Amino acid sequence: MTGTWTRKDLLGIRDLSRQEIQLLLETAKSFQEISLRPVKKVPALRGKTVANLFFEPSTRTRISFELAEKRLSADTINMVGSTSSMVKGESLKDTVRNIESLKVDIVVMRHSSSGAPHRLAPLLKASVINAGDGINEHPTQALLDMFTILEKKKKLEGLKVSFIGDILHSRVARSNLWGLTKMGARVTVCGPKTLLPPEIEKLGVHATTDLGEAVHGADVLNLLRIQLERQTESFFPSIREYATSYQIDREILKQAKPDVLIMHPGPVNRGVEITSQVVDGPYSVILDQVTHGLAVRMAVLYLLSGGSREEEA
Amino acid sequence: MKKEKQVCDTEILRRTIVRMAHEILERNKGTKDLCLIGIRTGGAHLAHRLQEEISKIEKSEVPLGVVDITLYRDDLSERGPQAKVRATDISFDVTEKKVILVDDVLYTGRTIRAALDALIDFGRPQSIQLAVLVDRGHREIPIKADYVGKNIPTSPSETVEVRLKEEGFSGDELVVVSLEEKS
Repeated sequence: MTGTWTRKDLLGIRDLSRQEIQLLLETAKSFQEISLRPVKKVPALRGKTVANLFFEPSTRTRISFELAEKRLSADTINMVGSTSSMVKGESLKDTVRNIESLKVDIVVMRHSSSGAPHRLAPLLKASVINAGDGINEHPTQALLDMFTILEKKKKLEGLKVSFIGDILHSRVARSNLWGLTKMGARVTVCGPKTLLPPEIEKLGVHATTDLGEAVHGADVLNLLRIQLERQTESFFPSIREYATSYQIDREILKQAKPDVLIMHPGPVNRGVEITSQVVDGPYSVILDQVTHGLAVRMAVLYLLSGGSREEEA
Repeated sequence: MKKEKQVCDTEILRRTIVRMAHEILERNKGTKDLCLIGIRTGGAHLAHRLQEEISKIEKSEVPLGVVDITLYRDDLSERGPQAKVRATDISFDVTEKKVILVDDVLYTGRTIRAALDALIDFGRPQSIQLAVLVDRGHREIPIKADYVGKNIPTSPSETVEVRLKEEGFSGDELVVVSLEEKS
């Protein structure tokens, strides 16, 4: 046994120790098999209530969390931003406190402001799981990415993992960087200079604007979505020009390791950051990521809801 | 102070398991539709040994599975830091099978209750029978074993430990550990 889980919340990968990450990944491994059973449900969270509060649109993360909760027999309530009383001017704190008054045990929260779950967690008795906050963190995505690499490569230590695309706005990249560097992977981030956060190398990663350098000898390429909806800010001249310099196609893949893994947190913009051929190609583990997300989220829910824990100061 | 008392050694344990294998075969009239499912982790080792003894006797191998009951426990929130969840591994269909559920020590019966719930999520067996190496009494729910290796009367302050080579011990033994009052 690698250790025990004592935290009330999962807010980010940044605060986790290597042992805690390992425990989460090992626990997720045990949950994989449940989704292959004839009855895909275990009673571990029977009688617990989970509130999924998505103040920002999300499809796959929300569905993945909801299914994970249901497979653990928890009761769920869902709230999405556009239908909530937030639009009537209620503050985030009031909304969440009202929901807690319904005796909810776990709150899964996505919010467009960085740090929103960190601000709420100390105010709530319920456990808080960060399902993505602004451009800060998306811990369960990083865990499922690490889990997918582990499943395919059997290790994380020493692997060259490159993130390509909009690093600046990517909470997926940020959570992954915290996690992968703790687990001993060699991380490279690559994108146009305007999309690389300044001083990112202080986190112990290598930054480059040269796609060839990021791909060369890579074990894993994690492609980040170019967020078309953010293009008003104009970080590069055009989508077309971005694709010319940073698109992953079969040709550039020849420079990577022969058994390179292509990952993408979705949703994919086919023909922008990646060609359709590569999305559907043999190196792509994009759909495995989705499957693994379920096991990882079940593990997180299980660890957060079980056991007495030290009261946090 | 802990005091240990050995109840069985390697040889006695071997004979006990052989006897249980014979009893299982007698009751089920051979190995047709028979399968063994051990409860992690102690029960899994015993199920494996029963499988070996059954193949020696009948020259046929019965399917073997392992069930982890952590997620079916009724004390998830009451206990301290969570028990480690391990995978359940039942690679055959249990429907219409005669399932021999195997555990090392039968005590309150709660583990068996959880294992029955887990098993039924995998299909509808023809029957489920319970084989335990040790019955130490003190049941809290109405559960009874069909095959018992040893009946060992104990007090609740004692624990029964089944130590097997598979778990890294030098030999097999069955030990009753009692916490002695400091005199």
